[in-house]
Amino acid sequence: MRIVIAKPGLDGHDRGAKVVARALRDGGHEVIYTGLRRTPEQIVRTVLDEDADLLGLSSLSGAHAFLFPRICELLIEAGCGDVTVFGGGIIPVDERSALFDVGMRAIFGPGTKMQEMNDFVSEVSNRVESGEPVGVGEGGDWVWSGA
Amino acid sequence: MKAAIGSGLGREHLTETLLGKAIAGERRALAKLLTAVENGEINRESLGIENHLDDGTIIGLTGAPGVGKSCLIEKLLSQWSSDGLKVAVIAVDPSSPLSGGALLGDRVRMDSADSDLNVFVRSFATRNQPGGLPVTVGLAANLMRNCGYDYVLIETVGAGQAEIRIVSFADRVVLVESPSRGDQIQAEKAGVMELADLIVVNKSDLEGSERAASEISMALEISGNPPPVLLASAKTGAGISDFALQLQNIPVKRGAEVARARERLLSAWDSALLSRGDISEVLNNLACGDESAQEWVEQNLRWFDE
Repeated sequence: MRIVIAKPGLDGHDRGAKVVARALRDGGHEVIYTGLRRTPEQIVRTVLDEDADLLGLSSLSGAHAFLFPRICELLIEAGCGDVTVFGGGIIPVDERSALFDVGMRAIFGPGTKMQEMNDFVSEVSNRVESGEPVGVGEGGDWVWSGA
Repeated sequence: MKAAIGSGLGREHLTETLLGKAIAGERRALAKLLTAVENGEINRESLGIENHLDDGTIIGLTGAPGVGKSCLIEKLLSQWSSDGLKVAVIAVDPSSPLSGGALLGDRVRMDSADSDLNVFVRSFATRNQPGGLPVTVGLAANLMRNCGYDYVLIETVGAGQAEIRIVSFADRVVLVESPSRGDQIQAEKAGVMELADLIVVNKSDLEGSERAASEISMALEISGNPPPVLLASAKTGAGISDFALQLQNIPVKRGAEVARARERLLSAWDSALLSRGDISEVLNNLACGDESAQEWVEQNLRWFDE
């Protein structure tokens, strides 16, 4: 799978994003890293031009409640509703359902095992194969709840 | 992996529709077609575009890791875009020989990549093809040219002295060097330096850059018909406009036609070999030592001894 890993907003901490990128690389995926401090528009542009299957968003600054839904909205507008969006970083548990509501399929918090990220991507791949909805704009109520 | 452009019935029609949209400037259509090209799902015939004619618009940039290829490309992108030109980039990074995965990080150094509408950057993984360049890069570059991009820049993986596969895909090849990369004897060695149409010594703001440039010039002058050697700094912007201008006007290097043809042949050959239906089986047999590579070639390629 082609996966974009992005750092939206002014958050300058990307150790986590880089570790995730590396884990997915070792899982056999082609991972494109955007670099720090990207706007929602820039991230959508990267997903579009690189024809990514998945987009992973990392935020540790608390701005996820605005940035993640905005990115989901722009992706759908750009015709990328079939892209699977997941997130990670510091996302309080009680703020996650709002993110699932806008089409995100998984949120990974601190302590997530690298294997779990790859299990999630495999599950997405299986669901794509069998035609089940996994994209940000495809509806359905599937979200990742662990292996 | 998602089917890029559908399969079975109606696929030709889909390709045609996508190509029409891509030519009209729709980025997503071009992105989808590039995926199909990269995955080997469509070729030049099924895409229905002409062979690219050598006109100096597909330019390869090669050089050792860390010399500043991505940063120089970013400078070229902003320069050419502000001149009203549309530029596409194919940025190649290595795939892991173990997992097959890849970390494609060249966009990080190219600010125009996700901001400038005149620019289209696409990352390619080598997918472990020999020569460090996937054979699909040639068609991808041609497709980008057909979709209205005036120039296509191909950034190779950080290469050493002998990786010259880029000459089979690019009309012109630029070798990027930097100061303190060794003494003059490095410039005397055979390899990519002899095939480059232009050499740019990046990091001209650093000490020793002028000396590096003059050593390279001296080494190449002996062979006759030396390529221009420029100084530039992606950091300060010095020399960039001259570099951009010269790139648009470099004549094809004489005497390298046979070397180019050889790389094209090897590239096509590698591609044919690796797309054999039984290639995984062959590799597994070789990996467990049942047969040596040399034996396999002698038995399976009948012309070998004739």
